[in-house]
Amino acid sequence: MSWIGNAIVAVLVVGGVFVYLRVRRNRLWRESMAALVRRRRLALVILGAYVLVGLLDTVSWVGGDGVQGVAASEARSVVDRIFKPSIFREKSYSAPFASVEFVGGAALTFPGRHVLGTDLLGDDVLYKTLKGVKVALLIGGLTCLVLIPLALLFGVSAGYFGGRIDDVVFFVMSTLASIPNLLLLIALIMALGKGTLQVCFALGITGWVGLSRLTRAEALKLRELEYVQAARALGVSHPTIVMRHILPNLAHLVIITFALLFTGLVLSETILAYLGIGLDGSWGRMIDQARNELSRDPVIWWNIVAASAALFILVLCVNLIADALRDILDPRTLRERA
Amino acid sequence: MLAYIVRRLAFGFATVLGVLFVLFVLFFAVADPDDMAIRAIGERASPETYAAWKRNHGYDKPLILNPKHGWTSHRRYTETLLVEHYARMLSFRFGRSDSDDTPIWRRIREGAGPSLSLTLPLFVLGLVIGVALSLAVAFFRDTYIDRSVLVVCMLGMSVASLIYIIGGQYLIGKLLRWFPISGFDPDPAVIGRFLAIPILIGVLAEFGGTVRLYRTVFLEEVNRDYVRTARAKGCGEIRVMIRHVLRNALLPIITNVVLAIPFLFIGSILFESFFGIPGLGALTVEAIGGNDFSTLRTIVYIGALLYILGQILTDICYSLADPRVRLGAGASG
Amino acid sequence: MSAPILTVENLSVSFPAAGARAAVVDGVSLAVSPGEVLALVGESGCGKSMTALAILRLIAKPGRIEATSRIAFEDRDVLALKVTQMRALRGAGIAMIFQEPMASLNPVQTVGDQVIEALRLHERVGRSAARDRAARIFERVHIPDPRGRLDAYPHQLSGGLKQRVMIAMMLVVRPRLLIADEPTTALDVTVQAQILALLRELQDELDMSILLITHDFGVVNELADRVAVMYAGRIAEEGTRAEVLGAPRHPYTQGLLRSIPSLAHRGSDLEEIAGTVPSIGTWPAGCRFATRCPKVFAPCEAEVPQTVRLSQSHRTACHDVAREFVS
Repeated sequence: MSWIGNAIVAVLVVGGVFVYLRVRRNRLWRESMAALVRRRRLALVILGAYVLVGLLDTVSWVGGDGVQGVAASEARSVVDRIFKPSIFREKSYSAPFASVEFVGGAALTFPGRHVLGTDLLGDDVLYKTLKGVKVALLIGGLTCLVLIPLALLFGVSAGYFGGRIDDVVFFVMSTLASIPNLLLLIALIMALGKGTLQVCFALGITGWVGLSRLTRAEALKLRELEYVQAARALGVSHPTIVMRHILPNLAHLVIITFALLFTGLVLSETILAYLGIGLDGSWGRMIDQARNELSRDPVIWWNIVAASAALFILVLCVNLIADALRDILDPRTLRERA
Repeated sequence: MLAYIVRRLAFGFATVLGVLFVLFVLFFAVADPDDMAIRAIGERASPETYAAWKRNHGYDKPLILNPKHGWTSHRRYTETLLVEHYARMLSFRFGRSDSDDTPIWRRIREGAGPSLSLTLPLFVLGLVIGVALSLAVAFFRDTYIDRSVLVVCMLGMSVASLIYIIGGQYLIGKLLRWFPISGFDPDPAVIGRFLAIPILIGVLAEFGGTVRLYRTVFLEEVNRDYVRTARAKGCGEIRVMIRHVLRNALLPIITNVVLAIPFLFIGSILFESFFGIPGLGALTVEAIGGNDFSTLRTIVYIGALLYILGQILTDICYSLADPRVRLGAGASG
Repeated sequence: MSAPILTVENLSVSFPAAGARAAVVDGVSLAVSPGEVLALVGESGCGKSMTALAILRLIAKPGRIEATSRIAFEDRDVLALKVTQMRALRGAGIAMIFQEPMASLNPVQTVGDQVIEALRLHERVGRSAARDRAARIFERVHIPDPRGRLDAYPHQLSGGLKQRVMIAMMLVVRPRLLIADEPTTALDVTVQAQILALLRELQDELDMSILLITHDFGVVNELADRVAVMYAGRIAEEGTRAEVLGAPRHPYTQGLLRSIPSLAHRGSDLEEIAGTVPSIGTWPAGCRFATRCPKVFAPCEAEVPQTVRLSQSHRTACHDVAREFVS
């Protein structure tokens, strides 16, 4: 189904450019973005590299590179085509840059070419690590992109309109929030199944609850602000008030929560992978499969180090960016700059 | 105050009912009793065996409506899985495990002790270290100490707990060989040896997030007006930190602390399975592996119950600790 | 005239702004004599609170008191004191009360405990003796049911009572100088009058000097012996109350006083000073009031005006006045 992936990438790129152009028009956002770039240049560049790899791994099509057999009819991404996994492989373990196999010492097919070595099945570890980028971005990014509008919808409706709607939404939120996150996650996945969509959905639900609560609390506060009440007195309709006064003031909260949710979701997936209910090709899966390699003698370390490092760097960059954003978008400093 | 407690308890109970409903939907409506029976006793048993298994485990009734009884009989609604589920859970009759028939309640009772023996020291140690360090960082704010601690926290928070455990086991257990890598012995004389590594790693893993959180709380308090007043009175920095900042910062910290208490009983899924501690976390992992819905249901229910209780306790503690809430906002004079 | 109890010379407090450091208090000099009330007046943001905090060395990083400043209290160099000596001075020699009594009192400590803490920081007093002293000072500041109120929490008291508690807390050790930073701004008008009356009472009884920070000329009129007007970090004019309120020479002071609505000018438009206070760091190189001054002329934007002595007690810093004076 390569066209779905390609379509999603196209939508994301176009959407990204569109958002960027809209945001540039607003002075506050422009200054905030400039401040962010100034403070976290390296983190942004690294994150950009991850996104690029993810995009390269999503854009895929069939044929054109001479692959025979069963795999010929599957769509292959740009990353697949660069690494040619069916050819660029060994029989089993080999150390990074090694020219002989790890066990036995036989000569390799591609001596010195495996930058991060090969795993149990002979797959190039660098290739597997890069494939994991897309999965991580999917878990964190796509899930958030879906759950954030939903959380906003429910949270703002509950907080702004109050009354019966609030009672119902608040009760649902409290109920789901009362189940400890990990247990809820496990329960959802056990019940719904272990496929990619189900896991993402389950992760989404656990994230949705937290964000809904936040937006509801903020909407409650914002509703009482004088200029909102003034707008009501002037006869401005509810949807307009929400669009023009409530939502923009939630923007900073949403952005920061997005970053935190992202890291939380990606880290949760590693636990799910350990429990056997993770996603295919994720770093969590790699770590889970490799965890016994450390107890071998001599020790096999490159698998687990590659996956852990890739995960760590991504999470660290997002954390750093979120931290800087929290300072930059702090309503107090925003007011001073305005 | 009493009215408040009663209201909170009532809402808590309503939430429990809601949670049970969610569990019902997830574990009964979506799961197929025939599949579960096959998974439990294999594929080649007789239909009667399957029926008996389903009866024993309470999967033999219809979900919501029992068509065997007429419209006028109440048993149309009460002899259903839904009602039975509620009745059982609310009366704490958890039944037997779906995969190996052991009584669930007994497994839970046996697992609580080992879980607590790990989570309690971990929690207390983490709290003391976290508060002490954050207080020191707030004292040294705007110096290189503050910045270095922040960097360390940031790095610490970005490492997955799985990595902490695997790495920790490797470094401390294999390389340094200070303590056994895993295992558990409840004998008080040797229990420390088995808990040493998990507690050490656990504190390390939580360190980043905890210190960061408390640091924010302390820094917010340090910048308040009443702290300035205290200094203007002639208070020294240390006194300001302890008698003024800490006292006020304790309020949000209490919230965090009391909320964490329920989780002490549930145990840590990761830690227990990696370190071979036979607690409730390990039970959860077992249940997942064996598709043991009844045990899983029960554990999630107990987790939610404890969490709801924890929230109520937190609200009460907060009202007791904060004189503004306890004594009401009555302005006089 | 006896020697001043507080002398501030060339005080500058700077904050980082857009890469460089901006002086939010720039070369301020003033003096307070024993037993007198000096009012420091100005709009919000003119640096008067910073001046007060600098005297007690309570300026928090990244703010900084510049090395060219000199502050002397009872002939001791305040800026050279060691930390322990400064702590002993705060509260006992110089005390300070703040604007927002609700935020300025510790919400989880009883007001009695806060007063007792202030007392025991400077004097060796037993616990029950301290409680007695606290009850007595509560009575002195006219808090009804003083002994009972010792165990009240700040949120249980009204604004006026809270401010009385603040005053009690700071005066229990009988300081020689009280710095009052907008003590009545956050209170209702009727309560304001009570607090001002209380301050006057206490000042008489304790023979205390007061540095009164305010933006309200009504308050100045009630309490002040001398007045100093501040604009954008600098002193514009200083003199006795009669001189500054009755015959102001600096265009800013004149503008301020003209803009006070009064029954005498019923029916006419409200006067205002054109423009707004420039933000930190965007001041002109010369006189900081140049952008709004009705009497601005050639040297104003480029040269900092020198102080002109109009009389024994009256001085101002203005090019226009200087040129009048000379000619």
